[in-house]
Amino acid sequence: MTGPVTPSQTIGPFYGYALPFPSGGDVAPAGHPEAVVVHGFVYDGAGQPVPDALLEFWQPAPDGSRSGRPGSLRRDPVTGGFLGRRSSDFTGFGRVATDADGHYEIRTLPPGGVPYIAVCVFARGLLHHLFTRAYLSEVSDPVLSALEPDRRSTLMAVADPDGAYRFDIRLQGERETVFLDFS
Amino acid sequence: MPQETRIQDVLTQEVISGEIAAAQDAYIESVAGGAPVRHHPPRDYPPYRSSLLRHPVQPLLAVGDPEAVELAGPVFGVTDVTDLDRDLTRQHGVEPLGERITVSGRVLDRDGRPVRGQLVEIWQANAAGRYAHQRDQHPAPLDPGFTGVGRCLTDDQGGYSFTTVKPGAYPWRNHVNAWRPAHIHFSLFGAAFVQRLITQMYFPGDPLFADDPILQSVTDSAARARLVAAYDHELSVPEWSLGYRWDIVLDGPAATWTEEGR
Repeated sequence: MTGPVTPSQTIGPFYGYALPFPSGGDVAPAGHPEAVVVHGFVYDGAGQPVPDALLEFWQPAPDGSRSGRPGSLRRDPVTGGFLGRRSSDFTGFGRVATDADGHYEIRTLPPGGVPYIAVCVFARGLLHHLFTRAYLSEVSDPVLSALEPDRRSTLMAVADPDGAYRFDIRLQGERETVFLDFS
Repeated sequence: MPQETRIQDVLTQEVISGEIAAAQDAYIESVAGGAPVRHHPPRDYPPYRSSLLRHPVQPLLAVGDPEAVELAGPVFGVTDVTDLDRDLTRQHGVEPLGERITVSGRVLDRDGRPVRGQLVEIWQANAAGRYAHQRDQHPAPLDPGFTGVGRCLTDDQGGYSFTTVKPGAYPWRNHVNAWRPAHIHFSLFGAAFVQRLITQMYFPGDPLFADDPILQSVTDSAARARLVAAYDHELSVPEWSLGYRWDIVLDGPAATWTEEGR
């Protein structure tokens, strides 16, 4: 059943003062020894980097909890500025805009119970957001097993020699990322 | 650059409006032929030129996994907002110029239940049609009293309310003489990450609706009408502000998916 839902519209190019926030990609507590970096580029159908995409990340805590915690955007009531997350709270939520070269980066903790981090992509030119997943390991999973190997590989974050995970998002064209429909 | 100028020279409003009409006709015909009503815009919508290289060509993979983490979602609380965030006219030492308005409404899920305690974020141009953003080159004045950014949490009825000024229309470069109707951008969270929504609210009676490829990308006329707020005299405050009402219904999972743990 589909009710009278409110339609999506593009995020446009001018969300910069509204949505990104300082430490938006620092999902892991500062200095946490098990923190992992997930980073990559967002590309369009011509293979050009997308400098005005906004990416959101959602994942379980390392203990598998999916209830999340408030405080991703924790604020200072005196100045109205951002304080950063409390190190005692793992909120499970990250938000970063791509840089001028289309690159993004988050620091997080490995998700508990599942091998992936959920990703939501917004961009100027994209009329309706897209969901995908960054898989940190290849284990049996209903999404991965539904895909041919070459399509499946677009969801795999690849460990760099220095231990960071590389996960590129291709909106269109060669090696187009697999996007997900939950409706 | 010369080539770009030439392309833009031929890309008139008439051409874009013709494409908008063709997409609309094709949609109406498809529904008459039994295709489902489409509430959201297609990601591939050529009249909005920026969509051409930024939509996937491969079909999306349908996920019916009841264990998917996307069926839960991030939560926000009192530490994530300050009391001033909902009033965009009081964020600087001076008040912004423009027509003071309030925009209020409720955030509901697909089954009509209120979305409680969730984050609503907005951003908009100032009354002259200029964003406080380095990349907005429209030669309209910036307003030292206005950044155009607001945030609040929904209340127990799913209600939200912002005080702001009515944004101006502004030009953009989709085609020659392209103008966006006045709008406020909204970002919304539900109980599940799959209910995530970013959209735009428009003002009733705007003469720019018909020619705007972003609004018209919603090819279903009833769905498109749901993006337009209603002027509500009951919400207007005497000698202070004009009131608009806009309710938002989040798409997303069937009711059973969100019951657990909420």
